[in-house]
Amino acid sequence: MGKRLGGVAIGLALAAWVVLAVPAGAYTVYVTNEKDNTVTVLDSEKMEVVKTVKVGQRPRGVTLTKDNKWLLICASDDNHVQVFDARTMEYVKALPSGPDPELFILHPSGNPLYIANEDDNLVTVVDIQTGKVLAEIPVGVEPEGLGLSPDGKLLVNTSETTNMAHFIDTATNTTIDNVLVDSRPRVAEFRADGGQVWVSAEIGGTVTVIDPRTRKTLGKVEFQIPGVNQDAVQPVGVRITKDGKRAFVALGPANRVAVVDTATFKVERYLLVGQRVWQLAFTPDEKLLFTTNGTSNDVSVIDVQRLRVVRSIKVGRYPWGVVVAPF
Amino acid sequence: MREKARRRPRERNRGLTGKTALLAAAVAVQLALAPAAGQPQAPAASTPAAQAGAVQKIAIVLARELRDRPPPLSLLDFPPQDDGVAGARLAINDNNTTGRFLKQEFALDVVESASASDLIAEVSKRIDAGAGFVVADMSPAALLQLSDALKARDALILNAGSADDRLREADCRANVLHTAPSRAMLADGLAQYLVWKQWRRWLLVRGTGRDDEAFADALRRAAKRFGGKIVEERTFRVETGSRRSDGGHEQVQLQIPAFTQNAPAYDVLLVADEEEQFGDYFPYRTWDARPVAGTQGLAPMSWHPALEQWGATQFQNRFRRLANRPMRPLDYDVWVAVRSVGEAATRTKSAEPRALIPYMRSGEFDLAAFKGRKLSYRSWDGQLRQPILVGTAKLPVTVSPQPGFLHQFSELDTLGVDKPESGCKAYAP
Repeated sequence: MGKRLGGVAIGLALAAWVVLAVPAGAYTVYVTNEKDNTVTVLDSEKMEVVKTVKVGQRPRGVTLTKDNKWLLICASDDNHVQVFDARTMEYVKALPSGPDPELFILHPSGNPLYIANEDDNLVTVVDIQTGKVLAEIPVGVEPEGLGLSPDGKLLVNTSETTNMAHFIDTATNTTIDNVLVDSRPRVAEFRADGGQVWVSAEIGGTVTVIDPRTRKTLGKVEFQIPGVNQDAVQPVGVRITKDGKRAFVALGPANRVAVVDTATFKVERYLLVGQRVWQLAFTPDEKLLFTTNGTSNDVSVIDVQRLRVVRSIKVGRYPWGVVVAPF
Repeated sequence: MREKARRRPRERNRGLTGKTALLAAAVAVQLALAPAAGQPQAPAASTPAAQAGAVQKIAIVLARELRDRPPPLSLLDFPPQDDGVAGARLAINDNNTTGRFLKQEFALDVVESASASDLIAEVSKRIDAGAGFVVADMSPAALLQLSDALKARDALILNAGSADDRLREADCRANVLHTAPSRAMLADGLAQYLVWKQWRRWLLVRGTGRDDEAFADALRRAAKRFGGKIVEERTFRVETGSRRSDGGHEQVQLQIPAFTQNAPAYDVLLVADEEEQFGDYFPYRTWDARPVAGTQGLAPMSWHPALEQWGATQFQNRFRRLANRPMRPLDYDVWVAVRSVGEAATRTKSAEPRALIPYMRSGEFDLAAFKGRKLSYRSWDGQLRQPILVGTAKLPVTVSPQPGFLHQFSELDTLGVDKPESGCKAYAP
């Protein structure tokens, strides 16, 4: 039977190859839907919606605690951070956040949580166990992006109207330096070795790469997409692979994710995804990258090795943030 | 924390109270971080490039010419007394929040008068004291006088209050930039949408005022540019006492259908009524069932108080917390003017008008201003290049430029007077 048709063998080989190409253990993907006040829970292997859960008002930033027990959500219009049991999606508690929390990041040790208060020009530092506000750090107008160095010593916050990346010493919770970048910086992301921090500028249309030690600009990534108006190139989300070699940059209404070489700062490829792509998250094995596409109300799934968009999955209205759990 | 749809107290008509001569007393909005709060105005703009450690001070004057306007038709449309001023205060706050990282301090000085000459005298005093920037909410004639008065000075005027095209054309001035969109830009923004919608046949109803005629001109120009057709024009004469009280609606209900009867086939009725004296009578009362657009109905504007895209939500929230009311187009145009100065100071790390003004005019300048694109000033007439929102009183309907209206350099330049057609000589190299 095995002899009969080469086609079957080829078919099997192909099937095996597809399986190899997109293997992935099943992970759980959480997507906040800004307009629906819900979180969509996805299965990364089946690439399907598992369930949709009601959460607080205008959910945006989303992350997991380091032990993966809790899912934290910025409920921007409720002016607090909500804590859910990541497995059951049962509501646990609310954490104070200061007004209009948009994005946050957890210290690598698991605590505290640094929250950008978009309405109040502050970064609020909160102990997630006790719920106590530990510090409020004054920053520029409309703080949003937050990046932490791998050792947790240096916090970078971007302020959208001030157009700066604020470098904050987490030991003293004070700003030690402010670096001007292009207009409307949205996201700050450290490379895993701590040697670079990438800051996207949505209206400026660029990503500035800064040396966190000297705060000197190492380079600027620019994007030119044939057939796409330059005004539509609006970089927001940035994720860098663990090996530090490749960065993925979401380009907003250009509807593309750019794949960038972190050594040359040159774009290798543009991947067509859904509309107004903002935030990105890898699966823990880095085989897949999920993108939130705000105006097409879906997430795109990118095969990281093949640099192909393999699926789009319908979620709620205005999907904003995304995070993936290792279970 | 967040006020949802809080009803605001009814504001009084500025025109009724605006007769008072000079209320110049500085509204020094030295904010939170300014350690010098309460100190007299420091004219520090003349200090040379500040050495490390020294605080750079940048004074911005907001000049308001208090003008008599007839009351609008709707009680909802009385302008608040701080129309524009609240936008300036927000922008000064924003500039100062940024400024504290660069040791730059911005101060706002609001000067207002019903007399143009008094106003210009007060502004000149402040220029003498070191201020380099004047945001003007003035009539075209007064603005030109101010421009002449400041001709030889290191000072820039930012026109936030007048849409008059002459100020960008024959009467353009080298020391004036315009953050308010011109009538041509507004009309083009509206016309592009109507053409995109394939509503190309327009019945134009214009008032008898000079500004009404100017807006009608802009609509005629837009029709020609984008393929609209004005099938007929009619003039609406407002009799005194037109703000109807008792029995008003019965009369209007008969008057408007009769006025719009026997028109050639048309898709949209366009009104040119800048003083808000009759345009709002037209929706739902025309002889034929047709939508109304123009100065009322579906209207073009620089800002809409319900815009939520491009981060505008947080901007609207910030404004509402400061002013206890929604943000209006004048507030936005003033905000853009004051923020432009702030942005130039941030980028040049200078407080010197001589450094800031050329930077604002240069191709390097851009401003993020909650419209999804970078804004900049046109090199040929100083007009701010910006998208135009088109909306009803309640919600934005669309944002122009519309898809398909192409331009070799920037699609935003499909709105208003483009470089090859500009009649502005003051900017000619």
